[in-house]
Amino acid sequence: MSTTQEYPKVYLYRRIVQAKLFIDAHYADKIDLDNISDEAFFSKFHFIRLFKTVYGKTPHQYLKATRIEKAKQLLREGQSVSDACFGVGFDSLSSFSGLFKRAVGQSASVYAAHHQLNREQKAHTPLAFVPGCYAYQHGWTENSNFEETDP
Amino acid sequence: MITKMTVTNIHVLDQDSAYDFYVNKLGFTLVDDIPMGPDTRWLTVSPPEQPDLQLVLFPVKVSKMFPKETADALIKLIKQGIFGCGVLTCNDIFATYEELKAKGVEFIKPPTKEFYGTEALFKDDSGNYFSLQPLNNFDAQP
Repeated sequence: MSTTQEYPKVYLYRRIVQAKLFIDAHYADKIDLDNISDEAFFSKFHFIRLFKTVYGKTPHQYLKATRIEKAKQLLREGQSVSDACFGVGFDSLSSFSGLFKRAVGQSASVYAAHHQLNREQKAHTPLAFVPGCYAYQHGWTENSNFEETDP
Repeated sequence: MITKMTVTNIHVLDQDSAYDFYVNKLGFTLVDDIPMGPDTRWLTVSPPEQPDLQLVLFPVKVSKMFPKETADALIKLIKQGIFGCGVLTCNDIFATYEELKAKGVEFIKPPTKEFYGTEALFKDDSGNYFSLQPLNNFDAQP
């Protein structure tokens, strides 16, 4: 027999999730994490402990990880390292660069250059990125629009 | 010897809407978004921690692949919610459920304890459904 699980303390989950969504929405702003625990109606200590139980990271660690993920996205889209750094809420290029390299395993500029090359290859030889079976079944090899896909 | 699944399809009704659902709501990572002719894109995403599996958000419309009769039948079945696309795994099912619900994802079943473990069911923007289960759910059997 299936039962809808009465999961422990729904309201606690909702507050923790709301705090996570707040970070997701405002990661680029100057977020005061103390305010988040206030908004979640917890003591700071209790809040950090619950957040870490659910997400495996403290709110501060989660904020940093979110900023790095968003910076990776901006770099993949072609933004400069400094635009990505300040665009996700870091104040200092050197602290961003150090954190990025530790988190990603390569420097932001190497990561950006790799994806710049990748974008150029996709623009010039898009079919190289599509399994041939899909291209064939779609008739994309015969598609002159696609042959001219070059910005 | 087969080693891995690397590419699989999810048939969707609208690629723009599917992009929003899979990237902005589910938090999947965009892999490729390459124009292929006037109305079609090669649009693929990966689950956040599984970069070597690409899900092709595959548009169902009249094309060389789908004659009109086939496309119409497939669209009808997708809208009916016939197709289950598999199991998605999360660390904490209750938190994930609350987050996806807050983002407007439609759940068919909230987290529910079944004899095989805890699961929830939700639909994508086209009508395909997924089972959401916590990591190690198979170990959690009574």
